[in-house]
Amino acid sequence: MSQSAEKIIDHSRLFQGEEYRKMFANKRCTFENAVSEEQLIQIGEWSKSLEYREKNFAREALVINPARACQPLGAVFAALGFEGTLPFVHGSQGCVAYYRSHFSRHFKEPTSAVSSSMTEDAAVFGGMGNLVDGLANSFSLYKPKMIAVSTTCMAEVIGDDLNAFIKTAKEKGSVPEDLDVPFAHTPAFVGSHTTGYDNALNGILGHFWNGKAGTAPKLERTPNGSINFIGGFDGYTIGNMREIKRIFKLMGVEATILGDPSDVWDTPSDGKFRMYDGGTTLVDAANAVHANATISMQEFCTFKTLDMIEKSGQETVAFNHPIGVEGTDRFLMEVARLSGKPIPEELRKERGRLVDAIADSSALVHGKKFAIFGDPDMALGLTAFLLELGAEPIHVLSSNGNAAWQEKATALLSSSPFGADCHAYAGKDLWHMRSLLFTEPVDFLIGSTYGKFLERDTKTPLIRVGFPIFDRHHHHRYPVWGYQGAMNVLVWILDKILDEADRESVDGCSFDAVR
Amino acid sequence: MSTGIDELKERNRKLIDEVLEAYPEKSAKRRAKHLGTYTEEKGECGVKSNIKSLPGVMTIRGCAYAGSKGVVWGPVKDMVHISHGPVGCGQYSWATRRNYYNGTTGVDSFVAMQVTSDFQEKDIVFGGDKKLNKLIDEIETLFPLNKGITIQSECPVGLIGDDIESVSRVKAKEYNKTIVPVRCEGFRGVSQSLGHHIANDTIRDWVFEKGDKNAPKFESTPYDVAIIADYNIGGDAWSSRILIEEMGLRVIAQWSGDGTLAEMEATPKAKLNLLHCYRSMNYITRHMEEKYGIPWVEYNFFGPTKIAESLRAIAAHFDDTIKEGAERVIAKYQPMIDGILAKYKTRLEAKKVMLFVGGLRPRHVIGAYEDLGMEIVGTGYEFGHNDDYQRTTHYVKDGTLIYDDVSGYEFEKFVEKVQPDLVGSGIKEKYIFQKMGIPFRQMHSWDYSGPYHGYDGFAIFARDMDMAINAPVWKLTKAPW
Repeated sequence: MSQSAEKIIDHSRLFQGEEYRKMFANKRCTFENAVSEEQLIQIGEWSKSLEYREKNFAREALVINPARACQPLGAVFAALGFEGTLPFVHGSQGCVAYYRSHFSRHFKEPTSAVSSSMTEDAAVFGGMGNLVDGLANSFSLYKPKMIAVSTTCMAEVIGDDLNAFIKTAKEKGSVPEDLDVPFAHTPAFVGSHTTGYDNALNGILGHFWNGKAGTAPKLERTPNGSINFIGGFDGYTIGNMREIKRIFKLMGVEATILGDPSDVWDTPSDGKFRMYDGGTTLVDAANAVHANATISMQEFCTFKTLDMIEKSGQETVAFNHPIGVEGTDRFLMEVARLSGKPIPEELRKERGRLVDAIADSSALVHGKKFAIFGDPDMALGLTAFLLELGAEPIHVLSSNGNAAWQEKATALLSSSPFGADCHAYAGKDLWHMRSLLFTEPVDFLIGSTYGKFLERDTKTPLIRVGFPIFDRHHHHRYPVWGYQGAMNVLVWILDKILDEADRESVDGCSFDAVR
Repeated sequence: MSTGIDELKERNRKLIDEVLEAYPEKSAKRRAKHLGTYTEEKGECGVKSNIKSLPGVMTIRGCAYAGSKGVVWGPVKDMVHISHGPVGCGQYSWATRRNYYNGTTGVDSFVAMQVTSDFQEKDIVFGGDKKLNKLIDEIETLFPLNKGITIQSECPVGLIGDDIESVSRVKAKEYNKTIVPVRCEGFRGVSQSLGHHIANDTIRDWVFEKGDKNAPKFESTPYDVAIIADYNIGGDAWSSRILIEEMGLRVIAQWSGDGTLAEMEATPKAKLNLLHCYRSMNYITRHMEEKYGIPWVEYNFFGPTKIAESLRAIAAHFDDTIKEGAERVIAKYQPMIDGILAKYKTRLEAKKVMLFVGGLRPRHVIGAYEDLGMEIVGTGYEFGHNDDYQRTTHYVKDGTLIYDDVSGYEFEKFVEKVQPDLVGSGIKEKYIFQKMGIPFRQMHSWDYSGPYHGYDGFAIFARDMDMAINAPVWKLTKAPW
């Protein structure tokens, strides 16, 4: 008997008990028709080989453990960044259940979004009825200030026309005529969640700026000297947005954050559930057209959006999820240039403190080999930081990276002597990464929770930075942008390096008290 | 009938009227059919079920793909399950359901993997069959120890006219392997439930009908049984199996948590099928009854009362050695259970619980709570059918609030008014209620704990419920000034 009232043991220990192990062994040898130990070892070892790597990289159709999701996830992210906004995904309902679960597992927060719950009849006759009724129900129950519509692949395959459907819904009185219902087509079979973010944000801003789908005059832009800021699809949005606002405040910069879900994904536990909280106000979203310039922290999340903004007459500047000293330098200098405000002494001091910390710890990181995977901009930001630390980002992989990303990542690696033996892998998945880690091993792996399977197989210690992080709590509350954000990333890297140093030396003489 | 119960029913009626007021008239009419109160004199839950969700209301439900890949097929460990279509479905369901298994992932086991055909625009335009064909070749190259493949269709597959059955037939012949095409596109049916049914039918047509070449050779015994519809969340099937074996039976197959194709193929040799999740696998169980004459018995391994009842009900199908075995098992664990109850019952006595889970647990876990002295004041199913609500009447008390396919709005209002001491539901609901200051446990994933089945599981269940309700954090939600 395994349990007792005095000592209740969890699954991890329970199933290591002898009674259970005996049961497992009997099941395996009598009923599972399992492969032989010999075969298991042989194929297991073969899967680590160069020969396997070649076959693995020769894949044309099969995708295994990709580190990317589909467009509507990004659309929901973008929508949640606006005041009182309900994300409405037109198509099958299971998708929305998945997006809500996915975000809740990462942020440990509720995520409100609705579906138009299309079923077989809608597949045949189109989903207009679902959209018309769905908007009416959503509006009645949840009283949103804005409903941001996107699509699942089902609605896209049958070719539902959102523009026409929303017009019809308004004519039928589902929602008030003047309710803002921006929309974006976000087919899951094109791009990834970062594309969906871009499409949705473009849809929302375009709605306000370009005449609300023909129902209002197009806004006349009169530059007012302010700047806009877009964070992109970012797992650290809670910490990052607050850090960015602090920096803008320190600099005295008047900036409009376009898409800020940092409050709605960080509401207090005080007895009340807030379905909506914070976010860019709809007035600010409209007035953002008058800004002088827009800064995007994630180029690969905002191609279309920045293009639209540029066409409105603004200057646009895009970064690649800047992490580290030089990335933050460039960001601040651009903010200073665009706003005409100098970088204050306080930030110079923060910079100095980060440089100081890097100098203190540099010897621990210098020359260490890393593998990185993540969204295109995050992968670039992390790569730049590692190069700055004197580490070697040997494998840099982005499952949703395209040819442009490959070029950019390769150029970044070539810009530093520490990038000499390093390679970028666009559009590859984590099964490719598995082969890379077996055939060209590195010291550490940086990426999302999905990296833990690589850590188990290849014994490469995982430093969790990215999205999603399901199995560690609250890291998303910390910024990774700004000098203080880089400090956080530095500490996460160092903690793992030092934990490993202890783990490796626990039975030896190198188990040092001071490191 | 006591006035207390009458008042309760009146409160429920008002509460339901109140939430319905928030809907447009047409929708209120439709939702009214799904909200009710269990009344003892009628012996009914008073709700309709298994009907399309209203658009835009924030249903908690998922889709047929989730029911097939996520529930029935996904846990079968020695087969590769292809999420056939765009990348998302497989991504969001990758390793999130905690179907525990023993094996080497990526070598002889493939559960916690996301294997997808990752449809691109050209696959939508030109069809995905060619890609599927090639993809199966690539699986055979990279995962030579797989025992078979399933193709879990996502929405586009059924809309673009792909013939995955034909591809499956050709490739099954080419590799002499079991390849199962599953038409579980997310738009089919009204919830996960149709996905279960479709998946069950594919086991009938593409596993049973194709012979038993994978089945292990073993001598049958009169005591051979199969565990049907336990997905081994946090090890549930294991903490169940150990009891069934201890009472003297032999478990020849486990469906589908920690299951294998071999076990599925061998199941027609079972003398009795033990059905845990009725909702998701009653179809294949009934089929085995008709086709192979295998009787089946529903059982419930949540909490000592139901475990003992179930062990005896299972034993009733066998001879005295097994009946004695059941008594021996019950007696063996009784002291441990007495210890657990002594420790936790006083801390949990009279605490009120509201549940909203999938297709089984809204009724099955009630006994476990009652063993701890707790009371269920509201329950409902995400994707239950009428037969589930009928079965629920054996579990709930007069006046229990019943809500089928509850919407986010309704659930929040119900909990706000009823003020239970604990809510048991899913990840999407968890943080809402915790912010309202109400303790919560995830009753799909066991909040990353478990197992909750069997005696070993009940110890964990009791501790977890105590941990949720009596956590000091709930005293901190109000600022002292």
